[in-house]
Amino acid sequence: MSEKIFSLLSGIIFGIGLVISGMTNPEKVIGFLSITHNWDASLIFVMGGAIFITAPFFYLLKNRNKSLLELDINLPQKKNLDKKLIIGSSLFGIGWGLVGLCPGPAVSSLALFEPITLIFLVAMYLGVLANKYI
Amino acid sequence: MYNFTPLSALTGGIIIGFAVVLFFYTTGRLAGISGIFANALTSKLNRSSNLFFLLGLVIGPIGYLYLTNVTINFEITNSYILIIIAGFLVGLGTRMGGGCTSGHGICGISRISVRSIIATITFIFTGMLTVFILQQFGMYL
Repeated sequence: MSEKIFSLLSGIIFGIGLVISGMTNPEKVIGFLSITHNWDASLIFVMGGAIFITAPFFYLLKNRNKSLLELDINLPQKKNLDKKLIIGSSLFGIGWGLVGLCPGPAVSSLALFEPITLIFLVAMYLGVLANKYI
Repeated sequence: MYNFTPLSALTGGIIIGFAVVLFFYTTGRLAGISGIFANALTSKLNRSSNLFFLLGLVIGPIGYLYLTNVTINFEITNSYILIIIAGFLVGLGTRMGGGCTSGHGICGISRISVRSIIATITFIFTGMLTVFILQQFGMYL
């Protein structure tokens, strides 16, 4: 029960942060990716602000085995670079650059009741399924 | 610089950071949204927790916009076909590469993961290249 409440609360705070940061507007993201024309560096400040908070906490919490709710700590174990990482990230970047939406803002944009984001999310789900068959 | 908003960007980023910390500290998992989205829809493991996180991502902004009366800009000028291709590539690419802007860009870089640093450089590079190419066809100018 408390896991659901904390998940919900984390999502709410994350979503509010996204709106305040401006990143729910695809135009802001395209502005960042548009390095040669009217570049808007705001996205760096969003990532920088977040990392400024998360980095020290991850460092302090790195030796814990259990979370506050006594759940197992679950961190990625892969260390090596592989083709999938590079190809996958490249494809993600292309999709990101085409419209200016990545998964977080795409989900949060449902709050704006724009049908376009629903279409994007359905396509994103199909992409997730496609990966299972590759 | 066009439309540069460092203060709100930094404020929003710090709030996002606290959300990531809260999620990790309580559930023991990283708040990588492409993973949460994919797992919520395709895996039974942690499904309710993932769905509640996604629900929060939507109702957080709804509540914030309702309480503050702020209106946010949302401008997409693309055709539907481009939106479908983009969504598909984002879903496929993030799952193949194991993360997106939150999972690799925020969580991974904070943990000084080499994979995440490489992934972030890669998707920012191909994103910039894509926008540059579209601009040669008159889009996003």
